[in-house]
Amino acid sequence: MSITSGIPSPLKLRPRGDGRAEQRSSADLPAKMTARGVKVFYCAKQALKGIDLDIHENRVLALIGPSGCGKSTFLRCLNRMNDTVEGCRVEGRIALDGEDVYGKAVDAVQLRARVGMVFQKPNPFPKSIYDNIAYGPRIHGLASGRDELDEVVQTSLKRAGLWGEVKDRLREPGTSLSGGQQQRLCIARAIAVSPEVILMDEPCSALDPIATAHIEELIDELRANYTIVIVTHNMQQAARVSQRTAFFHLGEMVECDDTEEIFTNPRDERTQGYITGRYG
Amino acid sequence: MTDLVEQDVSAVTPSPASSSGSNTPVKSRVRSEAFARRLRARHVAERRFRLAGAAAVALAALMLVVLLGSIVAKGSTAFWEARIRLEVTLDPAEVAERNYAPILRRALHAQFPQVTDRAGKRVLNDLLSSGAPYELEAMVAKNPALVGTTLTVWVRADDEIDQLVKGRYRRDLPESERGLSDAKIAAADALLASGALAQGFNTTLFTAGDSREPEQAGIGGAIVGSLLTLLVTMALSVPVGISAAVYLEEFAPKNRWTDLIEVNINNLAAVPSIIFGLLGLAVFLGFFGMPRSAPLVGGLVMALMTLPVIIISARVALKAVPPSIREAALGIGASPLQTVLHHVLPLAMPGILTGTIIGMARALGETAPLLMIGMVAFIVDVPHGLTDSATVLPVQIYMWADSPERAFTERTSAAILILLGVLILLNGTAVILRKIFERRW
Ligand SMILES: Nc1ncnc2c1ncn2[C@@H]1O[C@H](COP(=O)(O)OP(=O)(O)OP(=O)(O)O)[C@@H](O)[C@H]1O
Ligand SMILES: [Mg+2]
Repeated sequence: MSITSGIPSPLKLRPRGDGRAEQRSSADLPAKMTARGVKVFYCAKQALKGIDLDIHENRVLALIGPSGCGKSTFLRCLNRMNDTVEGCRVEGRIALDGEDVYGKAVDAVQLRARVGMVFQKPNPFPKSIYDNIAYGPRIHGLASGRDELDEVVQTSLKRAGLWGEVKDRLREPGTSLSGGQQQRLCIARAIAVSPEVILMDEPCSALDPIATAHIEELIDELRANYTIVIVTHNMQQAARVSQRTAFFHLGEMVECDDTEEIFTNPRDERTQGYITGRYG
Repeated sequence: MTDLVEQDVSAVTPSPASSSGSNTPVKSRVRSEAFARRLRARHVAERRFRLAGAAAVALAALMLVVLLGSIVAKGSTAFWEARIRLEVTLDPAEVAERNYAPILRRALHAQFPQVTDRAGKRVLNDLLSSGAPYELEAMVAKNPALVGTTLTVWVRADDEIDQLVKGRYRRDLPESERGLSDAKIAAADALLASGALAQGFNTTLFTAGDSREPEQAGIGGAIVGSLLTLLVTMALSVPVGISAAVYLEEFAPKNRWTDLIEVNINNLAAVPSIIFGLLGLAVFLGFFGMPRSAPLVGGLVMALMTLPVIIISARVALKAVPPSIREAALGIGASPLQTVLHHVLPLAMPGILTGTIIGMARALGETAPLLMIGMVAFIVDVPHGLTDSATVLPVQIYMWADSPERAFTERTSAAILILLGVLILLNGTAVILRKIFERRW
């Protein structure tokens, strides 16, 4: 991580369009999701060692940390994608609007409709662009009739900033798009089912700077309507898009604070080491 | 962002300081003498491998040509049959008694006015197939208005005359060692010269059931039997096999039990097919009392035999679907079953179909298990239902190959050709289906 070593001034890291006032209030905002003492085991191997974390409504939370520290693991606990991993066991409590997502009353299928996910590698279905977006609303019965479905597809693509590029080729396969377009298609697919929380696992790691900038802008806009958690290895990206940042290290959450605090005034020495590029 | 780009560039471009720091340019090891030698050896090894591969392909192709060539050479003539032209007068009295043989005989004798003795007439009678009267009977049954008229018909000749016309008969053998007497050969030659003995397309081969007389034997019954058997096999093994594969691959927990099941399925695929026949004999015939020689039982046995093949190939196809597609579907709230039905199964379909059709092709060519359940039988009628007695193509081939008549040798080869044709058709369908279902990634 030699990228961050050359950061000249903290000013450069100031999150886009956010003043201090808003930041200070972040911690006091109602928490959309809360994690308390979350431990995850892959068979006998412990990947997370008790994570306590609040995810605030209409804020972007960035998860940073060295490779293998458990960021993806934590993210996948939030919408129970870990259920599909053989031998994976989750302990502790994760709540969405105060309700335990691992509780008996919660259906994983419904949870995933409320907590959407965008993956590291763009993974559009090998179907048309239209069907990629329409699939979610169709199975959840969110649109009655053709016109309403068209409407949902259009708004989702517009929100994801892809409408202009694909409006004339909705019948072409989603896989025919470029990598950056595919990733925005996946974001559009996620928001088409109008989730409350969107989880993004390194959404820009396969993209060029222009596509990355596109998606960062998009995340900033989506924040108005959604709660977002993003995993990133790019410190500058974390600084640009998030209001709060959590630093993970070896399965532990070392510290979580307002993004500016983390980058200018980290309390823990490991955090400082990581963001200044001494290791990671 | 800007310093990121600069840093990246400086990391990729070797800085002058590192490569020529000590002023003595280090000779790259890739340009050394030893490296060049190794490189040459590598290229030689590659050429050797390619040559060996091409030789193997050429050998396989040669074998195929020899095999096909010999079958075609032996069997192609079976698609034609010798027929004799006769001027028959349908006497209403004889037709009423369904006495067609004398009508034909009289017509044939009329072509040889010089033959008057009984022995000579018997020689002439033997030129006709014993099935010829039935041909005439069928003709009259189709068009009763013919009764009382005189008309020209072509009827089948005896199988030895057929072989003679096709030039497959050894005329040079002494008379005592061949089936056709000199008198018969002379009569046939006379008919040939007058154009009353000629070859026509052999429809009997495709429509008739088995017969003791080669010229009346066909594989129509065997084809229908094969189709009925295959129908039962497909109806059972495809849905069961695909559901089993989907369950094992997508839903079942991976534990000791599923491991055990997997090992057993793999073992079943390697069990000799005759064992399945014994199982069918004991269970379906012995325990359930199902009819012998029935396509139903044959299909059941074949279904058991192809099931492991289908399960294994379907599992391989399902495994090949990238997990990212499953995650994508689950991630927007599709249930596991929806994920499989809407995304995974369609993507695995080409592979599943290929495996299924290979399994079907194997079932189509299988003989051994059917011997056990009595499908190796002399069956003259074309089967009409799943419980009718029937035989199948490969069994028919097996039985004909056992027959001493020269005409059966020819028909055996023809039946093999037809079986190969059906198999090529099946495999061609597999290729086409795969093309249709294949999607661009
Ligand atoms: N399916 C799995 N089975 C077993 N161990 C796993 C599995 N997935 C992750 N792990 C282990 O859990 C730990 C955390 O992995 P995780 O993927 O969460 O790391 P990460 O922080 O996302 O890393 P990266 O930044 O490289 O994506 C690692 O040690 C990894 O080896
Ligand atoms: Mg990860």
